[in-house]
Amino acid sequence: MTNRLTKILGSSAMALSLMAGTALAETELRMTWYNDGNEGEVMRGILDRFEEANPDITVTLDVVPYKAILESLPVQLAAGDGPDIARVTDLGGLSEYYMDLTPHVGDPEYWRANFGPFLKWLDPDGDAISGFMTQLTVTGPYVNKTLFEQAGVEMPGEGATWDDWAAASKAVADALDIPIPMAWDRSGHRVSGPAISMGAQMFDAEGNPALVDDGLKMMATKLYDWHQDGTMAKELWGSVSGSTYLGANEDFANAQVVMYMSGSWQIPQFAETIGDAFDWWAVPAPCGPAACTGMPGGAALVAMKDTDHPEEVGQLMDFLAQEENLAEFYGETLFIPGHLGLAESGVEFATDDPRAAHALQTFASAVPGISPVAFDLQGYPSNRVMFNALISRLGEAIVGELTLDEAFDRMSQDVEQQLAEQSR
Amino acid sequence: MTPGDAPTLSDRLTAAAAWPVRVLFQILDKPFRLIQRIGGIKTMPYIFLLPNLAFFGLFVVIPLFINFAFSLTGGTNLYLTDRVYTGTEQYAFLFDCGNYADPTSCREDRFWRGIYNTATFIFFQVTFLVLFSLITALILNRKIRARGFFRAVFFFPVLLSPVVVALIWKWILLRDGILNAALVSMGFDKILFFVSPEWSMFWAIFVSIWANMGFYTLILLAGLQAIPPDLYEAAEMDGTSTERVFRRITLPLLWPNMLVVIVLALIKGVQIFDEVYVLTGGGPGTATQFIVQYIYNTGFTNQVQNFGLASAASVVLGVVLFVLTMMQLAATRRRDNG
Amino acid sequence: MADTTADRRSIAALVTARRGRGKLHWTDVFTYAYLVFGVLLMFGPVVWLVLSSFKSPAGLVEFPPTLLPLGQVSVTVEGYDDPLPLFLTTLEDGTQKELAQVRRIGIVSQMVDPENPGETIRVPIDQREPIREFRLATENYVDPLQRFNFTRYLWNSVVVTTLATLVTLLINSMAAYGLSIYEFKGRNAIMLFVIGTLMIPITVILVPVYLVVTQLGMVNSLWAVILPGAATPTGVFLLRQYMLTIPRDLIEAARMDKASEWQIYWRVVMPLAMPAVAVLAIFSIMWRWNEFLWPLIVLNRSEVYTLQVGLNAFQGELDVQWHYILAMTVVTLIPVVLVFAFLQRFITTGIASSGMK
Repeated sequence: MTNRLTKILGSSAMALSLMAGTALAETELRMTWYNDGNEGEVMRGILDRFEEANPDITVTLDVVPYKAILESLPVQLAAGDGPDIARVTDLGGLSEYYMDLTPHVGDPEYWRANFGPFLKWLDPDGDAISGFMTQLTVTGPYVNKTLFEQAGVEMPGEGATWDDWAAASKAVADALDIPIPMAWDRSGHRVSGPAISMGAQMFDAEGNPALVDDGLKMMATKLYDWHQDGTMAKELWGSVSGSTYLGANEDFANAQVVMYMSGSWQIPQFAETIGDAFDWWAVPAPCGPAACTGMPGGAALVAMKDTDHPEEVGQLMDFLAQEENLAEFYGETLFIPGHLGLAESGVEFATDDPRAAHALQTFASAVPGISPVAFDLQGYPSNRVMFNALISRLGEAIVGELTLDEAFDRMSQDVEQQLAEQSR
Repeated sequence: MTPGDAPTLSDRLTAAAAWPVRVLFQILDKPFRLIQRIGGIKTMPYIFLLPNLAFFGLFVVIPLFINFAFSLTGGTNLYLTDRVYTGTEQYAFLFDCGNYADPTSCREDRFWRGIYNTATFIFFQVTFLVLFSLITALILNRKIRARGFFRAVFFFPVLLSPVVVALIWKWILLRDGILNAALVSMGFDKILFFVSPEWSMFWAIFVSIWANMGFYTLILLAGLQAIPPDLYEAAEMDGTSTERVFRRITLPLLWPNMLVVIVLALIKGVQIFDEVYVLTGGGPGTATQFIVQYIYNTGFTNQVQNFGLASAASVVLGVVLFVLTMMQLAATRRRDNG
Repeated sequence: MADTTADRRSIAALVTARRGRGKLHWTDVFTYAYLVFGVLLMFGPVVWLVLSSFKSPAGLVEFPPTLLPLGQVSVTVEGYDDPLPLFLTTLEDGTQKELAQVRRIGIVSQMVDPENPGETIRVPIDQREPIREFRLATENYVDPLQRFNFTRYLWNSVVVTTLATLVTLLINSMAAYGLSIYEFKGRNAIMLFVIGTLMIPITVILVPVYLVVTQLGMVNSLWAVILPGAATPTGVFLLRQYMLTIPRDLIEAARMDKASEWQIYWRVVMPLAMPAVAVLAIFSIMWRWNEFLWPLIVLNRSEVYTLQVGLNAFQGELDVQWHYILAMTVVTLIPVVLVFAFLQRFITTGIASSGMK
């Protein structure tokens, strides 16, 4: 702590000059980062070790709001003002700015063996090694098991459908006077898993995006109906506009929600805010006629090709990607490992909360069952175009500005128009 | 300051801060004198305008031109030279409507919803903003106790950033917020404010009035205090009714300040973005999505950053605003002359 | 003080000045009712923000919300390493007792009597209520401030705010002076332009301005935040409107005395325009201090972050950390409140003196 404090004081004294750009003899690498929880601190700890081992390289972690990752970073990269390394979630969309680390890492085979499927997300058209996943996420629901017990309602078991779960949640909520039986994050990514379970294909035979099909319509209609009959509250989907993300994590933590469709990233937060106040339980993805799948996703740490120090960037990325460092990172942050070796051997998570441990176990074991369509969709560089169209138009339908059919037409139009603009 | 007052600490601080400024101005006098000697008094206005116009040109005018050029291009590239020329395609796209009064018939329905929402917002917001600012200014202008304190109270929210203002109110208005707790304790049901289009619009208007009223009150208060007291004294002697005094003396003399208030309020109204973006997110549906948010979303937050379409929309917005301003100036000029 | 003179004058100046002596007219009642309501409405939300910022994450999601920040009392019980949370428990025989919870399993909790730690008691979870005390969750403040380079952000914000305000005041007042005192060719055109651009929100030209700033090589330097907003049309407009009211005789008299135009500007016009300049200064300070969107785009290195950017780094992708956001919002408010407390005097005296001409 004191060490960091002196560092802070020292560096602020140095920065009295207005202009940035320091003339240090050593190499300085910039890593743009955002935080959902404690991952910044954990990463800093690992970076400190790297700096100790490589005294000629310093790494600065520039923590920005997530908004900046989504909106400012693409503009900065396009203008050539980007960082050396960044933590991003638009994995394929920013692909053109990534650097191929293959010549700079010690053992490309280690990378391919352990990050194989995710490298494809970062470079859909090639086989570059651009980075690794800081976390793999899987979408899926949580339920408030304590409420089920108190209401005396049996929790639907393995293989239950979304309709089963909706009915059960409604029964619990009615029995105990809970305001929201079921809540889904307002996010296209979250809806896609269940939609694929209903049979949505997302792409046509040539592999071009085809968002609206019978499977998607089936899921959208269910969501629409649930909002009308009170199974879902309009607070998430019926408020805000466009593609704005909204979560129900606070309501769930406050025992206002029986079933909450979100994903693995909520675990650290629930462990902290809910603790043992009630049993929050992750359950396997409910089924539809076609599958029982969630969506994979996550954030990746990627190297940028505009860097002036490709050699050092490679050295750092290689260090971070080593199994022992990643094991520490995933373990401390309670993230699902995006490293195949660790996924297999298991990571020792830094929690003694049985609910968190169960949830981590549930989500990690859901990975093999994820539908190939879901993997394709996650790997599609412009998937956010599809997610945004889906979410914004469905939201407008739910509040009554559009009919469902109009919303479906608009979704297709939105996707088509934006892709056309992109390919100009 | 009356001369007898002993200098307080803040006076001394002010004096200390003013010293370098004074020296700077003293030094600048020489070059300006020289320019005046060479160019004569005629060149001076241009000299005084030069620095402001230079910054203005660099950071406003040039970007406006780039913006206009963007609106004639398509694609997602950042640099103009890499972009595809599309002519007026982006404009045609915006104006591709079955019926301009019905946004759902338009190709780009959100643009038109944004325009209509903004018009509604401005109508109510400006009306009530001016009304409440006037009432508050009149009240603060009375002989009341602790006037300085009350002035400060009403001015205080002006200092808060739009994001903070929105966060504060969002925190109050959430389903489990304190306002709903108050409603429940009084025996009412909770209201989900952000699910109802009407409530969302109401709170968007309310919060922006809350945040900005202090500023406009200040301008009106300055106007009220500038009205010569003898006019009122004379009216009082004549036994003129209060209402008549208000209509015949106060309002006409306050008019220049009222005009400033109305113009600024209108402008701020059209520009409304951050507060509402954080407060309601533009929802429910598109009920509080205003025109600037449409432009911001199109050009910035969408994965495909469509600078062309966003620029076209902002050019349309600019033209509308310009016409409105000109109409307003013409109206005031006629009023002043007549 | 200046206020007294203003008050004396305004007795007559007010349309609805208090009537009669001793007797309360209905307008007086209305006035004070309005003012009291105003205080509640204007301050209440901010007070609520400050109170909330001291609550723990668990306290923030509670409904109905407690007025004061509360934290659960915990006790150290013999035989247990960590302190245990204390509950007020209703036992089966109906008596109430303070018990500490060892752990909770499903809907039953295992409790222990702190006085008698040997035996554990099983209690249904709906038969217990947490015992709480007033506790400020100062960790909401301490954690983020330790994690980040707070002093650096503060310094950057102070530099940006000060320099930008000085530049703005200087160039805006010069332009306003030029536009209000002289008659010259192109004056109306320039004025029209100023008013026209008054209306353009920066949000809609973000990308073009970013391009200009990139070309000037100012990305990641504080100048990128200071300069683009300096030539505010609002400032020029405000100052010019004010300067128009300055009597021409004063300027003519100064010219007779052989004063240069520059001297007239800063010795005659500027002092008289001080009230308007003070108002603009306060606004410029607030604008710059609160600016968020633009710095977020041009500043992406932590050593040049301003407070608003640095403190908003808590906004994650998936989790909105309300307890930090509220606390950091309060932190950004503190300097604003201080500046206001200092400059507020200028506003009131400024307005009062503006009536003296």
